[in-house]
Amino acid sequence: MINALEQVLNGTQFGVMLFLMAAGLTLVFGIMNLINLAHGALYMIGAYVAAWTFGATGSFLLALVAAIAAALLLGVAIEVIVFRRLYARDHLDQVLATFGLILFFDEMVRVIWGATALYMSVPAFLSGRVELLPGVPYPTYRLAIIAVGLLVALLLYLVIGKTRIGMLIRAGASNRVMVGALGVNVVLLYTLVFALGAALAALAGAMAGPIFTVEAGMGENVLILAFVVIVIGGIGSIRGAFVAALLVGIVDAVGRAFLRPLLALLMSHAAADAAGPALASMLIYILMAAVLFVRPQGLFPPRGR
Amino acid sequence: MPRSRRVVVTLVALAALLAVPALSLTAGQPFYIDLFTRIMVFAIAALSLDLILGYGGMVSFGHAAYLGIGAYAVGMLSFHGIGNGFVHFGVAILASALTALVIGFISLRTSGVHFIMITLAFAQMLYFLAESLNLYGGDDGLNIARASSFGGSIDLGDPVERYYFVFLWLLAFLYLGHRLVHSRFGLLLQGVKSNERRMAAIGFPTLRYKLAGFVIAGTVCGVAGALYANALLFVSPSIMHWTRSGEIMMMVILGGMATLTGPVLGAALYLILESVLPRATEHWQAILGPILVLVVLFSKSGLLGLLADGVKRRSGARA
Repeated sequence: MINALEQVLNGTQFGVMLFLMAAGLTLVFGIMNLINLAHGALYMIGAYVAAWTFGATGSFLLALVAAIAAALLLGVAIEVIVFRRLYARDHLDQVLATFGLILFFDEMVRVIWGATALYMSVPAFLSGRVELLPGVPYPTYRLAIIAVGLLVALLLYLVIGKTRIGMLIRAGASNRVMVGALGVNVVLLYTLVFALGAALAALAGAMAGPIFTVEAGMGENVLILAFVVIVIGGIGSIRGAFVAALLVGIVDAVGRAFLRPLLALLMSHAAADAAGPALASMLIYILMAAVLFVRPQGLFPPRGR
Repeated sequence: MPRSRRVVVTLVALAALLAVPALSLTAGQPFYIDLFTRIMVFAIAALSLDLILGYGGMVSFGHAAYLGIGAYAVGMLSFHGIGNGFVHFGVAILASALTALVIGFISLRTSGVHFIMITLAFAQMLYFLAESLNLYGGDDGLNIARASSFGGSIDLGDPVERYYFVFLWLLAFLYLGHRLVHSRFGLLLQGVKSNERRMAAIGFPTLRYKLAGFVIAGTVCGVAGALYANALLFVSPSIMHWTRSGEIMMMVILGGMATLTGPVLGAALYLILESVLPRATEHWQAILGPILVLVVLFSKSGLLGLLADGVKRRSGARA
């Protein structure tokens, strides 16, 4: 039971990080109709800049700010230079061009910071453990990630649900042609949305720094999972991305922890040892295929399309 | 695009491929035989993807899965002491066809972005499955003791014989592809690509045709996988990594979509760049990436289009 709580928390922590990635991805996807494989690169840049700044200055908050600022600049730059030419293209062209960007950014990171991975330690003020229930300590840093993730989710909910900009974003996700026809500066809106997504990805990357190794290509695994999340959640829906991110995170963590012992009840230990990890790493993809099979538009497709 | 020039480009390319072993042996660079073997293997994979991508409009982002299935068929069978090449290729063909049938049956219910993502998801499943097969090396991969054996008729352990073996498969698939594309089935597939709703309205069961195309493409790619296993004598999950699917897709685009020679040229261009650029700089991917972006942004018809149309005609047509 205690272990279960810990796994659910681990899953939640991974889930909110996936949400930070998926939120930007789903907006870019829903509004600009752009498949951005290079979104993982922004996550990676965020992690690198944070690790480097943290190493140089020792200030974790400064590291977060630097990571977000770097990703904002870079995000706006690639939006203006490359993506504007891609909005009107078909998905295939977008996949390929952003795939080329991945190759470029992975290599540039190696050029700038070297081929060896960077390490980033947990900041001192978050390094301890908190006793959640008597006898259940949990790393403070992971709890902090959950808190930040939930806070960002709340902020996004307020911005998108209650402000004028948010209204435009929602309108764009439902019908982007109509929004343009009504006289909204769509070009500016696109850049804004893209910058927002880049900042969130960098925040996720910076917070991931102390947990995963900071290395070239680190964004790609998260990217694929973020795509799984937005497809399950329904493309263009922030709410869907949130629910799906937590679902994917928890299913993944709980599956990895409990699938093997569960299978051991049904079959021999040797067979369970072989099948458990295999099934656990396939689980979220099975979940995605199942969701798409039953609801091809995802769990929460945006209305009006 | 003038047909005659395309045919010329195709014949020149095939003649060049035919001459590679003799040339590289004379030049004392047997390395090129292996490089071009790999090029032809990926040419087959890219060709198979182009059948559904270029002609059928199905953007499958998990095509490397079939490459993996074909390769693992060879690897696993020889691991268990079965070396017969007919069994190897038979199982590779059957397994990849069956997998494509299942994946296609589920994936083709979706379209657009969802189709891209669900094919990717299936490829990821197979990737992680391979990674967890500890009996067959898991993450580290599996060494294959001996190449597929076809009695005494052909020795796949010999680089030159292996080269021509792959060449024959490529030739066969090019011919098959040519027949397929110009058949009623091929025309239907292209019709579905340009307007599926209309094809359905005329009364064609479009799902069935797309599924058939999807299975054919998966099967052909499975053969490419079996050939790849023979060329490397090694198979690991990385053969199915999603970036591999991206690379195969890139080859199709680089060479020219919805053509048969295009994917072959694209595979050659991609793999030659991949082997030449590292000699210039260790950070060659920083050059390859932008090249790919530029190709996508500014060239729709790929290398074949450039070669067949000529530079002058192109600039005229653009204006």
